[in-house]
Amino acid sequence: MSAGAAREPLVRAVNVHKSFGQVEVLRGVDLDVHAGEVVCLLGPSGSGKTTFLRCINALERIDGGRIRVDGELIGLEERGGRLHRLPDARIAAQRRDIGMVFQRFNLFPHMTALENVTEAPVRVRGVARAEARERALALLERVGLADRVHNYPAQLSGGQQQRVAIARALAMRPKLMLFDEPTSALDPELVGEVLAVMRELAADGTTMVVVTHEVAFAREVADQVVFMDGGVVVERGTPADVIGAPRHERTRAFLARVRDDD
Amino acid sequence: MSGHGSVEDARPGRIDAVEVRHPWRWVALAVIAVLVAMLAHLLVTSPAFDWAFTLEVMNQTAVIRGLLLGTLLMTVLAMVIAVVVGVLLAIARLSDNPLLSGAAWVYTWFFRSIPRYVLLFLTGTLGALFADGLSLGVPFDFLLTDVLGTPELRFFSVDQATVYAWLGGYAGGVLALGLSEAAYMAEIARAGLLSVDRGQHEAAAALGMTQRQVMRRVVLPQAMRVIVPPTGNEVIAMVKDTSLLSALPVTVELFYQVTLISGRTYQVLPALAAAVIYYLVLTSVLMVGQHFLERRFGRGFGQGAGARTAAAGVAVGPGAQK
Ligand SMILES: Nc1ncnc2c1ncn2[C@@H]1O[C@H](COP(=O)(O)OP(=O)(O)OP(=O)(O)O)[C@@H](O)[C@H]1O
Ligand SMILES: [Mg+2]
Repeated sequence: MSAGAAREPLVRAVNVHKSFGQVEVLRGVDLDVHAGEVVCLLGPSGSGKTTFLRCINALERIDGGRIRVDGELIGLEERGGRLHRLPDARIAAQRRDIGMVFQRFNLFPHMTALENVTEAPVRVRGVARAEARERALALLERVGLADRVHNYPAQLSGGQQQRVAIARALAMRPKLMLFDEPTSALDPELVGEVLAVMRELAADGTTMVVVTHEVAFAREVADQVVFMDGGVVVERGTPADVIGAPRHERTRAFLARVRDDD
Repeated sequence: MSGHGSVEDARPGRIDAVEVRHPWRWVALAVIAVLVAMLAHLLVTSPAFDWAFTLEVMNQTAVIRGLLLGTLLMTVLAMVIAVVVGVLLAIARLSDNPLLSGAAWVYTWFFRSIPRYVLLFLTGTLGALFADGLSLGVPFDFLLTDVLGTPELRFFSVDQATVYAWLGGYAGGVLALGLSEAAYMAEIARAGLLSVDRGQHEAAAALGMTQRQVMRRVVLPQAMRVIVPPTGNEVIAMVKDTSLLSALPVTVELFYQVTLISGRTYQVLPALAAAVIYYLVLTSVLMVGQHFLERRFGRGFGQGAGARTAAAGVAVGPGAQK
């Protein structure tokens, strides 16, 4: 937004707090993500990874702290010296620049793969139908589904559905992509095809925040690995540091457990 | 085990077993056949029945007008109101706004509590409330007139007689049946909306759709799959409820016209048979329509999708390799 924003991180989350009822799920999470960077969030079940990711695109509303994406406060506005919650339409506008890929794909089952990908650009961005279609076809080809564009989600395998979901998010030309365990609902033999697409996105310089249990993927692709537990960041750093030489007992215990699963 | 060595050879082969017998099916068939024969005999030979007269009744202009306007068109108009109002009520009911959801609840409570026959009767008398007629304009403008001396702020007015004529006639019928049915449609629509996975709302919202777009483009089309089948039942029930319209009174209506003829000619049974046949035909046509609607909104789901999945499954391998 402001001048000099280029030096600012694309995502800057500071002291994010979030409670569900009495339970505080996020207890002061900080995170900086620079443009072009891939950040992998690791952590045991219930540590708040999904919740934090959902706060970044305002699917959850935070109780404390600030999240800025490209300099813009998410879900809030500072006006007359006070913070105001943004109305639905403004939040919707902020989400347009942030793509999200869900654990359970959440493709629109009443639309074909192609329609899933063109829907938002046409309805939300107002892109001309022919142009949206052309771009959608290119994206579907890029994720390896050129021959599946007219299939409904129910006619696709899990891995194919997730690749359509990635194409659907990319179709909005987001500045930032959020992935919430994109492969953990997949049969093991389908994980590879989705990770391959994500690897390629990372190589193309897409800014990504990825919640994952795929330690090998994190180690290979991440610029920054963040280990969360109990609603706080326990440890962060390069994959070599956090995965290769974890300093905290909780990180070590978690990595040992995840590797046993493999 | 021991004595059956010949049946259970080392490797069992083709099965040549005695099928289970269903003697009761044959008994039921016989009973039903006799009953149907008795009924047919009665209908054909009874002097109270006169099929020629039934056909004559079915051909009367007044009866056909009643069928098309009072029964068919009325059903369509009332159901259009019911579906639109019902979906809005369901959305209101599910909203976070306690005022909206409360209002929707009260509406449903009110209209579900009143028998339709009573409601139609009541609608016919409501004109009494509008002694000064009915106007479209600024609410309570007469208070402003008292205080500020402004003129009447009304754009459009009708007098009491007109209000009576509307409410006590065709428009009243459409309104009363439509609004009453909306209460039931609201419950059906609510079940439909709730049947759509939360992940669908979230995926749509994450793409930057506004709540309206999420509802219109993603949630409602999927909810329709659940909404359509019970709505078909409601349409068919509505066809039959149009026979209550004489309470208003609306006289261009199938049943009323048929009772007029039977009252005049004392040919009660054959006249009613004409109505029954028309109701059967109408319901059958509607059931066909329902079938096609279900197919339309079942796209991507269920059997159609399953069959195509099987076909597509053959090619999944190579597609996935890319
Ligand atoms: N909508 C909600 N209402 C109440 N509690 C919630 C809600 N969503 C999450 N929680 C709770 O918040 C905590 C963190 O959940 P979250 O889904 O963020 O964990 P996670 O790190 O993503 O775990 P997993 O690896 O199992 O996906 C959990 O204890 C969960 O029960
Ligand atoms: Mg999670």
